[in-house]
Amino acid sequence: MGIRYRQERIDRKVKARSDDVYALSSYREISYLLVPRVLPIIALLVLPLFLGVYWQKVLVIGCIIALLSLSWDLIASTGMICLGQALFFGVGGYFTGVLNHYLGLPIYLAIPAATLSGGAFCAILLSLALRLRGLYFGLVTFVLPMMFYRIIEATKILGGTEGLPALSRFPNTWVEMYLAIGIVLLCLFVFRRLINTDYGLVLMGIRDNDRAVMRGGINTYWFKFQALLIGSLVGAFAGAFMTHHLGFVGMSAFSLDYCILPVASTVVGGIGTFAGAALGASILVPLSEALRALGTLRIVIYSLMMTIFIVTLPEGIFHYLERRYHQFVRLVEIELEE
Amino acid sequence: MDAVLIYGLINSTTLALIAIGFSLTFGISGVFNMAYGAFYIISGFITWSLFSVLGLPYPLAVVLCIIIVACMGVATYWLVLLRIRGMLLSEAIATFGLGIAILEFLRWKGFIGFRYNLPTFIEGSINVGGNIVDYQRLCIVGIGLILVLFLWFFAHHTKIGLSLRAISQAERTALCFGIESDRSAMVSLFLGSALAVVAAVTILPLTMAHIDLGYDALMLAIVVTIVGGAGSTLGIIVASFILGYSQTLVSMYVASHWTMVVTLIAIVVALATRPSGLFGKSKELEERV
Repeated sequence: MGIRYRQERIDRKVKARSDDVYALSSYREISYLLVPRVLPIIALLVLPLFLGVYWQKVLVIGCIIALLSLSWDLIASTGMICLGQALFFGVGGYFTGVLNHYLGLPIYLAIPAATLSGGAFCAILLSLALRLRGLYFGLVTFVLPMMFYRIIEATKILGGTEGLPALSRFPNTWVEMYLAIGIVLLCLFVFRRLINTDYGLVLMGIRDNDRAVMRGGINTYWFKFQALLIGSLVGAFAGAFMTHHLGFVGMSAFSLDYCILPVASTVVGGIGTFAGAALGASILVPLSEALRALGTLRIVIYSLMMTIFIVTLPEGIFHYLERRYHQFVRLVEIELEE
Repeated sequence: MDAVLIYGLINSTTLALIAIGFSLTFGISGVFNMAYGAFYIISGFITWSLFSVLGLPYPLAVVLCIIIVACMGVATYWLVLLRIRGMLLSEAIATFGLGIAILEFLRWKGFIGFRYNLPTFIEGSINVGGNIVDYQRLCIVGIGLILVLFLWFFAHHTKIGLSLRAISQAERTALCFGIESDRSAMVSLFLGSALAVVAAVTILPLTMAHIDLGYDALMLAIVVTIVGGAGSTLGIIVASFILGYSQTLVSMYVASHWTMVVTLIAIVVALATRPSGLFGKSKELEERV
C-alpha cells in the first residue's frame, strides 16, 4: 500500500484570533490583522490615479457589479436565492431615468430618489413571493426582469426599445469614480458589521433553519422583507448610478448579464462573506472587459467559471485565501489498517 | 373561432412537448435542470450538423442526436451534479452556468438564421375548416400525444418507471427497497435530455434557428412545470392547455408581443397562490411555510 498522507491544518500562533475580542501584544500582531483589511482599501483608493480613461470606466462598472453582488450576498444570507438581480438594477435605472428625463430632476436628487423609491418598489413587489422558499423564490425573481423587459417591448412605454437617451451625466469623472468606490467600501463595511450583530444572526438563522427561528417567536417574513429592502436599495442604487454613468437607460438594464454577473462573482469570490462578493466582481469584471474582443465568448467563459467554481471550489476564493492566511497546512502520515 | 381552437391546440401541444422533459427530470430527481434550454437548442444544431454536414439520412441523424444529447445529460450528472447533489442553490447555479455557456457558445459560432433550418418531416399543408395547417404542426400534435401516452405507460407499467416514481415519492423508503437514488437520477437526466431532442426536432423546423429560443424554451418549460405541478403528467397537460389557449387568444385579439407577458404573469400568480402547482400534491410544506 505504501505510506499515505492526510492534510492537517494548524492555526497560526497569533493570539488575536477570536471573533470580535482582540488581545494584541505586538505591532506584528496588529499588522497581522490590519494588513489584509487596510491594504485592499488603500489599493482601491490609489488605483484610479494610475488608470487610463478606459480602465477608469471599467473600474466604475466593476464597482456597480460589486454593489449588485453585495446585495445578492445579503439576500442570500437570509436564505433567499435571487436569480434576477437585473430587477433591482433595471427598476433603479428606469426610475432615475424617468425622474431625470420627464421631470428634469438634477442628478444629485434623481439618484437618491430613485434609490429609495425603486428599492421600496422592488421590495414590495417581491414581498408577494416572500412565503416561497428556496428555488421557488429564485424562479419568481428570475421571471420578473424578463417580464419587465417584455412589457416595455410590448407597450412601448418609457421609450420602448429605444430607451431613454440623453440623461444628465456626472459632471466630473473623479467625483464619479470616488463616489462609486466610497459607496462600495461603505456597503462592504456596513454589511460585514451588520451580519455579525444580533440582527444578522437572525437573518442567518432564517437561512439555516427558518422554522426554528419562527419557533423562537420571531416573525421571519418581516425580517426577510427587511433584508430584501436593504438588498434592493443597494441594487436600485447600482442601477441608478449606472444609468447616469452611461447617460442612457434602455431595456438592456433588465438583461441576463446583470442577473448572471452578480451571482457568478459572488460564487467565485465566496458566498456569505461580502468581501468575497467584492473580490469576485473585481476579478470577473476586468476579465470580461479584457475579453470583450471575443464577443459573446466572454459570457461563455464566466458562466463556465461559475460552474467550475461551484463544483470544485464551492467555498470560493475568499474563504480559501482566508483559510490559508490563518492556518498552516502540513502533511501527516496515516497508518492504514489492512 | 375555429382558428383559435386549432392553433390553440397546436400551441398547447408544443408547450407540453417542450415542458415534458424538464418536468420529468425535476419530478423524479428534484434537479432543476437549468441547462434544458441549451440541450434543446444544441440538439437542433447537432441534428443539423449530422444531416447537412455529414450527410446522414435524417432519421438516423435524429436517433444519433438523441443518443448524443442524452449522454450529455448523463455526463452533466456525473461530472457536475453528483458532487453538489442536494444543495439546491448550487445545482441550479451550476446547470444555469452550463446552459448559458452552451447557448452563448452557439451564438458565438453563429448558429442563427435560415441556413441552419431543419427539414420538416412531411412537406405540405392541409386545410382544416378553412385554416391552413402544415403537416409538421399536425406532427407536433401527434408526437405530443404519443409521448404523453408513452410516458404514462413507462411510469406505470415498467420496472424502471415504477422505481423512478418510488424515488420521487419517498427517496429514503425507496433506498430501503434497494432502488439506487443516484442511478435513477441519472436515468431521469438521460430521459429528460432525450425528450429535449424530440421536442427540438419536432418544433424547430417551423421557426428560424435562433439562440434566444433556448432561453424561451427554458422559460416555458419552467412556467408549465410550476403551473402544472412538478412530476404530474396530467398537470403538465392541463397547464399547457390553459397557457396555450390563453397565449393564442392574446396573440389573436391583443398583440403577439403580449404572449410572453401572459406566460410570465401566469407563473407569478401560480407561485403566489398555489406554489406546488395545480396538480402537485407533494412537498406542499417544504415549498412554503
